[in-house]
Amino acid sequence: MSDWIAAARAVGSDVAARHADDVDQQARFPKEAMDALKAARLLGILVPKDKGGPGAGIADVVSVCHVLGQYCAATAMIYAMHQIQVSCIVRHGGGNSWMDAFAKRLAAEQLLLASATSEAGIGGDVRSSICAIEEKGGRFALAKQATVISYGADSDGILVTARRTAQSPASDQVIVVVPKSSAKLEQLQDWDTLGMRGTCSIGYHLKAEGEMAQIISKPYADVSAQTMLPTSHLVWSSLWLGIATDAVARARAFVRAEARKKPGVLSPGAVRLAEATSQLQLMKANVVAALRRYEAALGSEDNLSALPFAIAMNSLKTASSQMAVQIVGQAMLVAGLAAYRNDTPYSLGRHLRDAHSAALMVNNDRILANTAQLVLALRDDPELLA
Amino acid sequence: MPWENIVSSSARDRVRALLKTTGWLQTDIDTLANDADLYAAGLTSHATVTLMLSLEEAFDVEFPDTLLRRRTFSSVDAIVEALTEIGVKTEAV
Repeated sequence: MSDWIAAARAVGSDVAARHADDVDQQARFPKEAMDALKAARLLGILVPKDKGGPGAGIADVVSVCHVLGQYCAATAMIYAMHQIQVSCIVRHGGGNSWMDAFAKRLAAEQLLLASATSEAGIGGDVRSSICAIEEKGGRFALAKQATVISYGADSDGILVTARRTAQSPASDQVIVVVPKSSAKLEQLQDWDTLGMRGTCSIGYHLKAEGEMAQIISKPYADVSAQTMLPTSHLVWSSLWLGIATDAVARARAFVRAEARKKPGVLSPGAVRLAEATSQLQLMKANVVAALRRYEAALGSEDNLSALPFAIAMNSLKTASSQMAVQIVGQAMLVAGLAAYRNDTPYSLGRHLRDAHSAALMVNNDRILANTAQLVLALRDDPELLA
Repeated sequence: MPWENIVSSSARDRVRALLKTTGWLQTDIDTLANDADLYAAGLTSHATVTLMLSLEEAFDVEFPDTLLRRRTFSSVDAIVEALTEIGVKTEAV
């Protein structure tokens, strides 16, 4: 076990788990857990060594998400969304002094990054923008009606998508790094949801100004295909796996306690537990296989922007999000009323509500429709171990 | 049809004609150079798939897995290069 995973385990069990119910009830930012993650220096682990970070890889981040998901899904989701932004900067931001200095700050100050990709009026398609970069005298100005900036108020910086220029088509986007100090945020609504209540994914009217060097010059289409999409689907799936893992652990604890009371008598929930264990194994195998596929593709822009790769990552997301709900549901049947109640060590209400967000936040139907287009181009894959 | 490649215009012109008759670009293809970035001209990843299918239909070819990437469809030149790679005759330029 790496030091990072051990540190994440400590933050998860000692801090995140302790405040998870309160974060859920109040629908508030999980400040204690996020402060602990900063203190453990887990926010900047992706920053490479030459920028003052420890140079962790995607597998480390995915593993941390999986750990945190077992204690507080909202904390895990915030950590995951943050690392998606960091990976974009680390992988595509290099080459100018502003971006290099910002990467150093990510490690030194353990900054928390949020994202403003969705926008009012684009119909939920984050691959098109209405707002545009307005350049004037080497500086830019930007105004965006962002329908969601999760934990925007508690972040230290926001990555914002916009059209490259006021003349660019909606699909010709760039991504801009906006430190919170140079952004104005006007909150547009409140946050009261079924689950994932700690992410505070509310809309803002965002205004920002800054240097042109804050724009990642590579087209957002490439940043998205090569880094943002695969990283998102991997870190999300991994934290959903974390939710399912804890649900099955609770169900197993319940069955074991029953078995101790009546040795030799198989509790009715045990068969369901066997089923849930099998589903969990399937889900885990899927996450790990996709992670290995991404690692194998890293370093080759062609492999990362290939259609079969995009389909594999999309499919990971849609499958994992559905399996998380199925597994938590199975686990709930195992422990029955003890899981359904909100006041037992086997309670799974929060797990179930959090898991349901997986198919909705970045809607599965949208991803499936996207995949449906792409599969038209997919070729046969007849080999088991190609 | 087998005679089509001989009597019709060059592959490059046919690619341009294909791009002109569809709504995939937000810029008129006639104003774009052969090496102009089609994505910057509004080509989306969805439209790329439709473009690929239309090219397969028009040239009676099939793009192999290795060519199914963004770069293959990034300009008229890139498309023609890919078509050449999979056996389309591009003479009669």
